[in-house]
Amino acid sequence: MALVLNEEQSMLRDSARGLISDKAPVAHLRKLRDTNDAIGFSRELWATFAEMGFAGLLVPEEFGGSGLGCVEAGVVMEEIGRTLMPSPFLSTSVLAATALTRGGSEAQKSEYLAKLAKGELIASLAVDEGAKHRPIKTAMQAVRSGNGFRLNGAKAFVVDGHVSDLVIVAARTAGKPGEHDGLTLFLVDPKTKGVEIERTIMVDAHNAARIVFNDVEVTADSVLGEVDRGGALLGGILNVGRAAVASEMVGISEEAFGRTVAYLKERKQFGKLIGEFQALQHRAAHLYTDIEITKAAVMKALQMLDTDFDNTEAAVAVAKARAGSTATLAVQEAVQMHGGVGMTDEFDIGFFMKRARVCQELFGDTAFHAEQLARLKGY
Amino acid sequence: MANLEQFRAETRAWLETNCPPEMRKPVANDSDVFWGGRNTVYSSEPQRLWFERMRDKGWTVPDWPKEYGGGGLDPEETKILRQEMAAISARLPLSSFGIWMLGPALLKYGTDEQKREHLPKIAAGLIRWCQGYSEPNAGSDLASLQTRADIDGDDYIINGQKIWTSMANFADWIFCLVRTDFSAKKHDGISFILFDMASKGVSTKPILLISGKSPFCETFFDNVRVPRSHVVGTVNRGWDVAKYLLQHERSMISEVGERRGTRPLGQIAANSIGTDEQGRLDDPMLRGQIAAFDVDEAAMACAAERAVDLAKAGQGHPAYSSALKYYGTELNKRRHEILMSAGGIDVLEWESPRSNEGLTARSWLRTKANSIEGGTSEVMLGIVAKRILDLPGA
Ligand SMILES: Cc1cc2nc3c(=O)[nH]c(=O)nc-3n(C[C@H](O)[C@H](O)[C@H](O)COP(=O)(O)OP(=O)(O)OC[C@H]3O[C@@H](n4cnc5c(N)ncnc54)[C@H](O)[C@@H]3O)c2cc1C
Repeated sequence: MALVLNEEQSMLRDSARGLISDKAPVAHLRKLRDTNDAIGFSRELWATFAEMGFAGLLVPEEFGGSGLGCVEAGVVMEEIGRTLMPSPFLSTSVLAATALTRGGSEAQKSEYLAKLAKGELIASLAVDEGAKHRPIKTAMQAVRSGNGFRLNGAKAFVVDGHVSDLVIVAARTAGKPGEHDGLTLFLVDPKTKGVEIERTIMVDAHNAARIVFNDVEVTADSVLGEVDRGGALLGGILNVGRAAVASEMVGISEEAFGRTVAYLKERKQFGKLIGEFQALQHRAAHLYTDIEITKAAVMKALQMLDTDFDNTEAAVAVAKARAGSTATLAVQEAVQMHGGVGMTDEFDIGFFMKRARVCQELFGDTAFHAEQLARLKGY
Repeated sequence: MANLEQFRAETRAWLETNCPPEMRKPVANDSDVFWGGRNTVYSSEPQRLWFERMRDKGWTVPDWPKEYGGGGLDPEETKILRQEMAAISARLPLSSFGIWMLGPALLKYGTDEQKREHLPKIAAGLIRWCQGYSEPNAGSDLASLQTRADIDGDDYIINGQKIWTSMANFADWIFCLVRTDFSAKKHDGISFILFDMASKGVSTKPILLISGKSPFCETFFDNVRVPRSHVVGTVNRGWDVAKYLLQHERSMISEVGERRGTRPLGQIAANSIGTDEQGRLDDPMLRGQIAAFDVDEAAMACAAERAVDLAKAGQGHPAYSSALKYYGTELNKRRHEILMSAGGIDVLEWESPRSNEGLTARSWLRTKANSIEGGTSEVMLGIVAKRILDLPGA
């Protein structure tokens, strides 16, 4: 498969870009932030997203979705990255759609997927517990109780957890933190007794929540996939999420870079355009190269998720690691090359820096994924 | 698609039968690399067999037309052949500046006669070429070259000096930039010309490198007579040919990171340094460096693949190869710094069988040229800044 978008994918990109740049430029996020919006994104815009088929992009056609693949999800994520549009696309359309499609029973699929594709159901994935992404360290307990389970524990960094109609939770039914086996995924209705949700206002003005589970009773029907063997399913869901976030970071990098290059061509100092200074030219050229190489790696990972799902660990690790370091460099250079104005809140560049930092942490930062790669390669 | 799958299966089977086991091992020294030419000798029987079998299939240049000794493969098939060769760590059957640089330029700018004369000999490894671009005062600023070609009847008389001409002392022919118009602006008076290194008036003098090898030469032209028909492309428009060739040279050099048949860095380091109880390299800082390197190297391989796909889809930029040349060469230097750290004391021995006569150290030193040859990293960044990013200032 060629590492370029085909015609349909390019058309999808153009329509996503058109909608997003029109309806949700950075000013949209700024307004939500400045008005302390209770939800943090626009329900109206999300409905439009669903009408255009984006919400159910990964949902199979038999459940009312578009039945497209990860490359297409990546295309949309990249456009989201360009304007930092807040939406439940990652949590719901990428993570939950993947979780339900790959792990759901027929009953679970028919209960949730159609609603998800219509934009009527928002779902979230609750994995992280500590300051860093370490799924293997999951400590949250799920103890058998009657013919169901009782959940106890706490989750953080649950993207869109504050507005979810459904939370997909990773918990331990066996083993100890640090062990591979013993993880199980549960579908939890956040209105269940004992679930406490705190919306966390984050540095990037996007949404996440901390969720505490106090003796939360769930039925056996709420198990997604197999008991004790949820690790592999979770790994697959996370890999799709990682590649999607990597795509968002490519969008962030390209947009921050594009704005920087434009500035280099208009800002004058010492009687010259600052873009004439070779010191800045070379840094810009380095960054361009770095972004191009990352784009290739991310596209490779997305394609492999669509064609060779079970062998994508290394490709995803490379993509997420690269995307993290590239986006970090892109936003740092953007602020630096804009000089003082880059530090002002009034100017948009800072929004990219904040979002890049959050994306870096989401589902493992550069160091986490380099470590994964080293482990996979056996050294 | 089905055809491609069949092509892959057939290719795999053919390689399996025809690539001798000895040709699937990493290259141990320079004589393991086959360059062809009038005076070559094969270093071993397997080297000869492998070369001849590949040549007979046209697979020394798989994507060239069959009429010029190529394999006539389309880009997808070529990619598959490369992948299948890499999968068994097959060595290149023939290394050649003719294949990597001159061939593409001739295919685009050569006359029918020039193509028929030169391409089949390149494909068959009969003629070994060298590149006469740089001069003592024209390196990064290549267009300021001064070697002159003056018309004399049907011939040019060439006078001047080239420098850093890689392996000129082994080459049969040279592709050379000469000034044919001294009154024009510096880019407009250059021609691209081909001639035999055995011509009267050509002499070479090797220059020793820090790696202890001498692949370079100073090359002198003293009234060398060359037929005017040997100019490739239009007279005085040689800069176009030169630039086109440089794109190919840069793509070729950017692939230095794509190693064939060498073991992964992590494994090399683990063998040398040892591992802890959990099987991790017993040097956490070095392990981290290797992991970061592996991330970048894997991404670079994707980018090299994508460059081909972009070009095929008509979305490539002519200066794209400069970006990849810059990144690939810096990456390869990093790889060799890590190899030196991983090897520690053991690879520092310069003359000893234990260190394979300093192979690692010599390679490490050689890689420092990657970011100089074919245009320095600084020059590549300048090209990207101006040609791709369109930043101001000449
Ligand atoms: C291993 C090897 C093989 C080679 N093989 C061949 C060959 O076969 N045939 C051939 O013709 N040539 C060959 N070369 C020559 C090579 O192309 C030149 O060395 C190269 O173009 C640099 O030129 P220079 O050595 O004159 O350095 P200079 O141009 O003098 O550069 C010196 C320093 O100044 C920097 N610099 C120069 N201009 C700029 C600028 N505008 N902006 C910022 N920095 C700048 C350079 O980056 C470099 O760091 C080879 C070189 C090497 C190392």
